[in-house]
Amino acid sequence: MTQETHIKTAFEKRKQQAYGITLLVTGLIIYLLFGLNTEAGLLTTFGLNLAGTNAIPIDDLIVPAQATVYLMSAIAAFVGAYQLARGVRSTGALLGIVAFTFVVAFLTWAAAGKSFNLTGMLTSSLVRATPIALAALCGVISERSAVINIGIEGIMLIAAQVAVVTATLSQNLYVGLILAILIGGLVAAFHAFLVIRFKVDQVVSGVAINIFGAGMTSFISSRFLQKATDALNNSGTFPIISVPGFSKIPVLGPVLFENNLIVYLTLLLVVVLHVMLFHTPWGLRTRAVGEHPKAADTLGINVYFVRYVNVILGGMITGLGGAYFTIGSVGRFDEIMTAGKGFIGLAAMIFGKWNPIGAFSSSLIFGFADSLQVKLQILRVPIPSEFLLMAPYIVTMIILTGVVGRAIPPAADGQHYEK
Amino acid sequence: MNKTDTTSQTPETKTSKENHNESIWQALLVPVLAVVTGLFLGGIVILASGENPINAYGALFTGSFGKPANFIEGISVLFSTGDTAALIKAIYPFTESLVIATPYIFAGLSVALGFRCGLFNIGAEGQFFIGALVSAFVGYSLKGLPMIIHLPIAILAGAAGGALWGMVPGYLKARFGAHEVVNTIMMNWIAFRLSDWLLSGPMKASGFRPVTPNVLASAELPRFFPEPLRFNLGFFIALLVAYFIYWFLFKTTLGFEIRAVGANPDAAKYAGMNIIRNFVLVMALAGALAGLAGSSQVLGVDHWVGQGFSAGYGFDAIAIALLGKSHPAGVVMAALLFGFLRGGATNMQSMAGIPIDIISIIQGLVIVFIAAPGIIRWLYRIRTIKTEETVLTRGWGS
Repeated sequence: MTQETHIKTAFEKRKQQAYGITLLVTGLIIYLLFGLNTEAGLLTTFGLNLAGTNAIPIDDLIVPAQATVYLMSAIAAFVGAYQLARGVRSTGALLGIVAFTFVVAFLTWAAAGKSFNLTGMLTSSLVRATPIALAALCGVISERSAVINIGIEGIMLIAAQVAVVTATLSQNLYVGLILAILIGGLVAAFHAFLVIRFKVDQVVSGVAINIFGAGMTSFISSRFLQKATDALNNSGTFPIISVPGFSKIPVLGPVLFENNLIVYLTLLLVVVLHVMLFHTPWGLRTRAVGEHPKAADTLGINVYFVRYVNVILGGMITGLGGAYFTIGSVGRFDEIMTAGKGFIGLAAMIFGKWNPIGAFSSSLIFGFADSLQVKLQILRVPIPSEFLLMAPYIVTMIILTGVVGRAIPPAADGQHYEK
Repeated sequence: MNKTDTTSQTPETKTSKENHNESIWQALLVPVLAVVTGLFLGGIVILASGENPINAYGALFTGSFGKPANFIEGISVLFSTGDTAALIKAIYPFTESLVIATPYIFAGLSVALGFRCGLFNIGAEGQFFIGALVSAFVGYSLKGLPMIIHLPIAILAGAAGGALWGMVPGYLKARFGAHEVVNTIMMNWIAFRLSDWLLSGPMKASGFRPVTPNVLASAELPRFFPEPLRFNLGFFIALLVAYFIYWFLFKTTLGFEIRAVGANPDAAKYAGMNIIRNFVLVMALAGALAGLAGSSQVLGVDHWVGQGFSAGYGFDAIAIALLGKSHPAGVVMAALLFGFLRGGATNMQSMAGIPIDIISIIQGLVIVFIAAPGIIRWLYRIRTIKTEETVLTRGWGS
């Protein structure tokens, strides 16, 4: 017993040192990469006002570029040194500091002598995080009942196409939205049917849905949509709704309170799912089925029913995510337009530890990385845009290694249950 | 086709000799019915899209095998005048299908090998790209070498590139328990972006289009017929590699270990097998096979790499591996089937106006039926027989 605790502390000590060294190195990298490459005397302007919004205008944030970068490098180095010497328990906060100093230094360097609209960046982060968050929420709710749904990508493609076509035909965006949600639930029901009734390998079933979804939507797109764009594939998008009063708040107003319906629904869903999972009998049953289906069954919970309902609910959420791609953003369907967002959503789910709020927060990080890459292209940063486009995928892989905090899935995740 | 028929005589299940023929029949029954059902449902989709499925599948058939009448005419012209042009024109669709089947064999083996070890390699697409790019680079940049040196180097370089791309998710899985499904997909996207960059910058040929320069003649896989037939040595290399994988999986200790890890990792671990080494090895080998697919395509068929080069070979490979029950002989047969389907689909698109994506729809359906044999058994009222099911994937692997 004593030996075990001894090993554990040695391991923790090593981990603490590793974090400290990482922070120190980050400080050094910031200094070498950005500090030495920023000309003295340049100013970086962070725009805080977004044109065309209701927010009360405030002064932009103007900082001396070089001094800010040096400050960030010093903060990272100081925290690293402190961690090496003393050791802090909350590694999450440390990593937050690393990420924060790095991003601030990077932006200051990239926009040195130029202006960079921070509010615009945050707004587009939330918008770009929306489909990722919806995919992640679908993952959370189905995997809490131990069904892996890797077919999110395919479901989103199908829902995106159904949304835009039905919305164009009916001239009503709400028809498109509702049908997208329903088709999402339907495809997910098929997935649930395959894995629960026929005990199909959950990942294989999901991959089949992805291949089928990509094939079916591309088939319909090239057979019908491309020939009749105006009649079938031109729906328009949901308008931006400003929340009266709140949208006047500087920075926060444009980011949170001037969005379209799907973004608001996403924010609402995060709260609803959190309450549902952790504060209702249904949530307790769901988690029991996900952790120990046998015990749940013994207590009279219908394991299969719980799984069916959760997977179908997840599919409906994914359907909403699919609708975002077409009637929520561009108003038109393009082949394979989801570009791996479903899978990034799964990574966000894992990073968020199978927790609605966590999943949403990590989706925001992906949304931030995604919109950063677009903004940097505009700033003409001397990094090829292809490498910036790789960033979200690389971040996903790093997160999956569990270096950034170990994520433990529901105990029965991915396993069939036999009575 | 003869080649595959003989190799399929080696069943994967260890049954006694009396059950030999019956077990092959049983093993083939579900895949064949799955394909037939997939084609039938695909026909319904074609019908729903306002075309005649019989015409469409007719165009598919002539597009993949050629018209028998042309073939007979070609032979008679050959005998009467000694002119081979007509015959070559007649066998063009058939050889072209074999050309398409070649990367399918490699990529299908890649996914199948992963399945045997309980790993799901969805990254064949990215590994295919990397293999093709590396082979192309070696193919056009190394100058002055004789073919006997240049060609093998170009092929092996492609395999090595793919192996590297496969090894990363393998290592992450073994070391950190990061699920290979998500990681291989991420590696796919990274490969696409990397190739976009390489093709528009460092590896771009002079001119406007984002393509690599042509590989040198000394790095091209030899072709057997004059233009426009592209049938080349790659097809036979693929068959050879399939036999090698069969030998490796079923006749070597390492192959046994890999299958043991795939069947039950815990038991394999307690038997003293090194799970981490097996994961990394299998993903590297799988990557190498997918890299070879890209390599054979660039060195044997296209001779250059452009954007959208792969056309989904890596994803089709999943269906092929499942259809072939992860057995090399089965993979070869499934790859030939998909080669003929894809080969004919182009003709179907131009003759009957059916988008080529119909093949993906059929594929998705076939995967469902293969993964859920219960549906096929239920549809066709087949007696349920207890067979050992291969566990394909398990959870998030932690």
